[in-house]
Amino acid sequence: MENELFQKMAQSVLDGDSDAASALAKEAVDAGIDPLEAITKGFVTGVNQVGESFASGQAFLPELVMAGEAMKAAVATLEPEMQKRGVHRTMLGKVVLATVEGDIHEIGKSLVGTMLSASGFQVYDLGVDVPAARIIAKVKEVDANIVGLSALLTTTMVKQKEVIDELDKLGLRKKVKVMVGGAPVTRDWVQKIEADGYSEDAIGAVAVAKQILGL
Amino acid sequence: MVRPKVELLDIDLVNQIISEGIAILENPGIRVHNQEALEILANAGAKVDFQAQVAWIPEKITRQALKTVPHEFTLFDLNGNPAVHYFGDKIHFDPGSGGLTIIDSQTERPRIPLTNDLIKFVKLVETLPQIDAQSTAFVCSDVTPEIGDLYRLYLALIYMNKPIITGAFRKDTWWTMKEMLSAIAGGDKALALKPTAVFDVCPSPPLLWSDTTCQNLIDCARFSIPAQLISMPLAGATAPVTLAGAVVQHTAESLSGVVIHQLVKEGAPIVWGGSPAIFDMREGSTPMGAVETWMISSACVQIGKALGLPTHAYMGMSDTKIIDAQCGLESMGSNFIAALSGANMISGCGMLDLESCLSFEKLVIDAEMIGMAKRFVKGIEVRDNPIALSLMQKSGHKGEFLTLPHTRKWYREEQYLPSELIDRASYEGWKSRGEKSTFERARDRVEKLISSYQPTKITKELRQELRAITLRAGQSFGMQSLPPLPQGE
Repeated sequence: MENELFQKMAQSVLDGDSDAASALAKEAVDAGIDPLEAITKGFVTGVNQVGESFASGQAFLPELVMAGEAMKAAVATLEPEMQKRGVHRTMLGKVVLATVEGDIHEIGKSLVGTMLSASGFQVYDLGVDVPAARIIAKVKEVDANIVGLSALLTTTMVKQKEVIDELDKLGLRKKVKVMVGGAPVTRDWVQKIEADGYSEDAIGAVAVAKQILGL
Repeated sequence: MVRPKVELLDIDLVNQIISEGIAILENPGIRVHNQEALEILANAGAKVDFQAQVAWIPEKITRQALKTVPHEFTLFDLNGNPAVHYFGDKIHFDPGSGGLTIIDSQTERPRIPLTNDLIKFVKLVETLPQIDAQSTAFVCSDVTPEIGDLYRLYLALIYMNKPIITGAFRKDTWWTMKEMLSAIAGGDKALALKPTAVFDVCPSPPLLWSDTTCQNLIDCARFSIPAQLISMPLAGATAPVTLAGAVVQHTAESLSGVVIHQLVKEGAPIVWGGSPAIFDMREGSTPMGAVETWMISSACVQIGKALGLPTHAYMGMSDTKIIDAQCGLESMGSNFIAALSGANMISGCGMLDLESCLSFEKLVIDAEMIGMAKRFVKGIEVRDNPIALSLMQKSGHKGEFLTLPHTRKWYREEQYLPSELIDRASYEGWKSRGEKSTFERARDRVEKLISSYQPTKITKELRQELRAITLRAGQSFGMQSLPPLPQGE
C-alpha cells in the first residue's frame, strides 16, 4: 500500500504534475505516513529518475524544471506535518542565489535554483538585479553555506567580484563558499576573483555545490 | 495551415513538359534492348522496329498507362506494419545506394567495403529514427561480383526491420532477390499484398531501356513488387543542357517506363523517380551538390505529382571526398529542397563523392539534417486559440515559461531535438567535452548507436533459408562459400 503510494509520488514528479504531487503528499499525511519517508522514498526517487533521463538525453529542461516544481509543491504540503512532528528534512546546505546588480537575466539562475532545491539544498532565491548589500544581508540572516552569483553580461560580471570582496571585508569569506555562473564566466575569471566553483549549466551546478561543500 | 513547399514550374510549363515528353515517345521514340518489352509494345499498338530495337509509342497508349497507374502505395516493415506511404507530399528518406567505397572511420579516407561494413551500415540505419527505409547501400568486395546485388540484400534482410530500396544488376539475380523477399513475406502473393522492398530500375540516357533493367521492370510489374524509375539525364552531356530540357528528357524516359510497366500489369505500383544531374563543365563530373541538380530533381518531382504518381528523388548528397564544410552545405541544401518538393522517397543520405562513396559519419550527420527538414515542412501550427493571448495574460510579465505545463505539453512537437551531434553548448561546455569537431562527434555517435542496435525478430530457420538461397546463387558463379557472419549472428 505504502509502496504503491511512493510509486505514485515518484510518477507525479516524473510527470511534472504539481497538483498530483501535492494531493499525494496530503494523502500520505492523512494516512499517517512519515513525511520524511514520503520525500525520500517517494518524491526524491522521481527527481533522481528525471535527472538520469536528462543525463541520457531522454528528458529535457521542461521535464527537469517541472519535476523540481512538483517536488517543491509536495514538500510545501508536507511542511506543516513535519513541523507538527518536530522533524526536519536534512538539507545538504543553504544556498543564497541572486543575479547581480545591473543584470536582469533570470533563466540560468532560476534553473540552478530549481536543480539545487530538487537535489536537497535549501535555496533562497533573491531574484535579479540584486545589490551586494542585500545578498550579504541574506547570507548573514540564514547562515548560508553557499552564495551563488549569476551574471550574463561582461559589464555586470565585475559585480561578482564586488560581492566576494565585500564578504572578505566582513570576515565571512571563510564561512561561505561562492559559486558563480553565466555565459561570460570562464575558468580564468573564476580563478581571478578567487571564487570556489562554477558550472557550465544548471545540472553541473548541483555537482559543483556538493563538491565545494565536501559532500 | 500552410505546408511549406517549393514549386519551380508554373502550370503552363508543367503541361508543356508533359506534352513534349509524350511527343518524344512518338518521335524519335524509345530504344528498348529487350525483346519481350518490344513485343508487349507492338501488341499494344506501338510501331516497333525489332531490328533497330526502337519503339514509337502513340500518345493514346501513354495516356492509357497514366490512367491505370496507382497514385499511392504502402511499404511494410518486416514485422508487417505499414512503414512508408508513397503518397501526396509525404516525405521519407533512405540512404544513397550503389556505393563503391566506404569512408574509413579512422583514416577518414575511402576504402573498399567488406561484409562487416554493410552489416554495420544496416544496423546504423535501423537505429536512426529520422531515416525511414534501408537501402542496399554498397557492394561488398568479399563476394564474387555476380552476386553483389543479392548478397547486399541478403545481409540487409538479416539485420533490418525497416523496408528497403534495392535493385538488381542482372536479370537472373532479380529472381533470387525476389525469392528472398518472398521467403520472408510467406509467398509471392503475400509479398504483393504487403511489399517490403522497392526495386530501382534505371533507363540509360538518352531514351534507352537496356535489356537487364527493362526485364527487371517487367518482372516487378508481373509480381506487383513496386518499381522505382531512376531516369538520370545528365544535362549538357547525355541530355539537353537547359534545366527544362533535362526535365523533358526525364519525363519522356519515365513515361516510357510507366507504359511498359502498365502494359505488363495494369495497376502495379511504380514510382516516378530519378537521379538527374548537370554535367560539370570543368571536371566532366556529375555533381549531386550542384544547385541546378537540385532544381532539375525538384522539377521532375513536380511533373510526377502533376501526373498523379508517387515520387522519388536522389538528393541530400555531396561531392566532397571527406566530411567537411562543403559536405554539410551541399547535403543540407539538397535535403531541404527535396523535402520542400515533397518527394515521397528521398535517397541519398550518407553518400558523397559523386554518388560513389558512403560514410557512417555522414549518415548520422545527415540524419540530423533530415530531422530538421522534416520539422521545417511541418510548418508553423496553431496549437491553441487564441494563440498566446490567454497564456500571456495569465503569465503576465514573468518570464517563467519553462515552468508552465504549456511548455512541457508542446515543446517536443514544436522543437526538433537534435542529438548531441549538433553542438549547442557554451564555449566552455564544448571545451569540457573534448573540443570535438563535427566528424569526431559523428564518429562517437556511430559507435553509441551501433551498441544500441537490437536484433530483429527474424527466425533461425529463415536466416538459414536466406543463407542457403544466397549460397546457391554464389555457387552458380563459382563461389563455394560465403564470408562468415559475426559470431552469434
